[in-house]
Amino acid sequence: MNFDYQTLWFILVGVLFMGYAILDGFDLGIGALHLFVKEDRDRRLFLNAIGPIWDGNEVWLVTGGGALFAAFPEVYATVFSGFYLAFMLLLVALIFRAVAIEFRSKQSMGWWRQLWDVSFSVSSIVSSILVGVAMGNIAWGIPLAADHEFAGTFLGLLNPYSLLLGMTTLALFMMHGSIYIVLKTEGALQEKLKGWVKHAIIFFILLYVLTTMATLLFVPHMLTTLQAHPALFIVPVLSVLSIANIPRAISHGRGFMAFLSSCAACISLMTLFGIGMYPNMVFSNPLHENSLTIYNSCSSPKTLQIMTIIAAIGMPLVISYTASIYWIFRGKVKLDANSY
Amino acid sequence: MDALMLARAQFGFTIAFHYLFPPFSIGLGLILVIMESLYYLTQKTLYLEMAKFWTRIFGLVFAIGVATGIVMEFQFGTNWSNYSRFVGDVFGSALAAEGVFAFFLESGFLALLLFGWDRLKRGTHLFSTVMVCFGAHFSAIWIVIANSWQQTPAGYHLVGEGSTLRAQITNFWQLVFNPSSMDRIFHVYMGAWQAGAFAVLSVSAYYLLRGKNQEFAKASLKIALGVACLASLMQLFSGHHSGQIVAQTQPAKLAAYEGHYPALAPADGYLVGWVDEKAGQTHGLAVPGLLSYLISGRFDAPVTGLSAFAPEKRPPVNFVFQTYHAMIAIGISLILISWAGAFLLWRGKLYGSRWFLWVLVFSVLLPQAANQLGWFSAEVGRQPYIVYNLMTTAEGLSKTVTSQEILASLVLFTLIYLLLFVLFIYLLNDKIQNGLHMKVEEGHRA
Repeated sequence: MNFDYQTLWFILVGVLFMGYAILDGFDLGIGALHLFVKEDRDRRLFLNAIGPIWDGNEVWLVTGGGALFAAFPEVYATVFSGFYLAFMLLLVALIFRAVAIEFRSKQSMGWWRQLWDVSFSVSSIVSSILVGVAMGNIAWGIPLAADHEFAGTFLGLLNPYSLLLGMTTLALFMMHGSIYIVLKTEGALQEKLKGWVKHAIIFFILLYVLTTMATLLFVPHMLTTLQAHPALFIVPVLSVLSIANIPRAISHGRGFMAFLSSCAACISLMTLFGIGMYPNMVFSNPLHENSLTIYNSCSSPKTLQIMTIIAAIGMPLVISYTASIYWIFRGKVKLDANSY
Repeated sequence: MDALMLARAQFGFTIAFHYLFPPFSIGLGLILVIMESLYYLTQKTLYLEMAKFWTRIFGLVFAIGVATGIVMEFQFGTNWSNYSRFVGDVFGSALAAEGVFAFFLESGFLALLLFGWDRLKRGTHLFSTVMVCFGAHFSAIWIVIANSWQQTPAGYHLVGEGSTLRAQITNFWQLVFNPSSMDRIFHVYMGAWQAGAFAVLSVSAYYLLRGKNQEFAKASLKIALGVACLASLMQLFSGHHSGQIVAQTQPAKLAAYEGHYPALAPADGYLVGWVDEKAGQTHGLAVPGLLSYLISGRFDAPVTGLSAFAPEKRPPVNFVFQTYHAMIAIGISLILISWAGAFLLWRGKLYGSRWFLWVLVFSVLLPQAANQLGWFSAEVGRQPYIVYNLMTTAEGLSKTVTSQEILASLVLFTLIYLLLFVLFIYLLNDKIQNGLHMKVEEGHRA
């Protein structure tokens, strides 16, 4: 592995999507769990737990997409046009999630709130699954022509491995979201939600094991880098340790530690995915030689250099004020005049 | 329809709908800063009430702006993937800068603006409002730079050929300060300030006519009128200067603005008119030599006409002519309305002139219309190119996407956006009717 600009941007784009998984991941997870609470007050607590921050969290996806466009235009062009209908569905889901959060509280009629509750939850579930399906496809491989154009079909994208990754992503986000909502609630509701965390962890571990087995059996190219550099085995070990630490932290009543462990799980799983892909961006299946790599899909060194300067100035700012905002909105959710 | 026309229709529709919201929030952001600064300086609760009311409107507008904005970012890749491959090196860095510098800033501080009234000190809250306003203005810069590069490419060189032809950056600052970017960003800002100011004028005038919230309405109206007078007048100068830049850089577009056909002759400026594209003639009421004068200061200066360009290299002339002239007509009327309002206010007659207040109520539509029309003439005027003189719109289209897929997504977006628009108007009206003195109660958001 040469440490060059392409590798740096492979990592940086990965970091942006990791930021998205950690931050919007719990928003989507809370959305997926939303309909399981029935009381209007509890649902409002769910919404307001993410109310001030979900929008900033989604920006990680927007910026990740922008960085992909800038650093690896061929990947952006191939994947977005190739997964056309899937991305349109994702867009629709993201629109409905945004407006459901905004509109739900504006009227007090029961049907109105039910409508936006369903819309919020379904769109969160669909978004999570689609993100996972997209990752599944670029790992499994999609048919690419020599000119980098997608040569498959929409139905071909719905293969079992990708659907499995979609469900695993949903389970990961549900686990992550359930831990976050425990942090933000108190009293009887919190006790009930603590029970949910355990179910969510079991659901996730089952799917995680299935995904791991499927990858070992059917997607051996995801293992090449790992086998060549045994030191990297620390990453899967860390992922297992952090997942195992979640139920421990929950039963000791250390919600924040559980949340950090869940974040660590997201990060190590994404890192594992990145290690498996490197130096490819999109696998081509069946014609492996047509794969998009960080070298045949990247922008010029000049652009990568400019973007590195932009990121070096911008990202510390972003991280510092994101952290301040989370600090200002720390603690349990309270419903007040400004709440959703 | 073929995939090209469908993809253009989809892009045009989704960007036009999206563009109802960002100018509104940019302009309103500025007005929020003024209102909250007044509160900070005077500590009058009236100004706090104003800031809080308009912040709630801002939140609604911003939410739909974000929801429809993410569609635009995806659409470059989904529908225009060849264009994305060609410009990614140049365009992508501006887009990424927008995300890193502006979007995070805007959305982060928006949380404090909307939900931080009770958690923050007055000064810190004001700072958040300033940051949101700054972020909104800053995000417009990068996207207008990217669009301006499509109009007047600079700071790049071409690499490869045929299907692997790519534009690559040679000089970042030449890209940022390309010949049209600074003029166009200023033009966009003034249009946005007008959109924000006339929205506040409209609601305030409505309250005055209905006899509601008089003190609130009068104070809001004065602030908005100040911004409207300033922005409308500056827009005139900005527009004039933008026209001169178009004359230097995109002669075919300029000729289409005024339906000017002769290859090299003095050009008239039309007040109203109709372009007969088949005959290559423009009919209407014109001031002889006006275009020549506006461009170069002499009524008899020759201006390059459409005949200098092969028919397939001309934009749709009548469409560009009409949208451009409608934009100018609205721009002039906004100057008249805002300055007439200032005059009536000065004479102490504004609050009693019911007819004029009704004009203000409906004037909210005008800057929105002018913003849309201006973009139509700028973007259609660039045709047949997606990047001026470098790539045609047809070449930019995604190869793998079928017309059925685009049709399906176009229908889907049309339905969703209609629903969004109806809900937006309904909730906006609800806030305007009841939003000012809403009681804080369980199960209802104030």
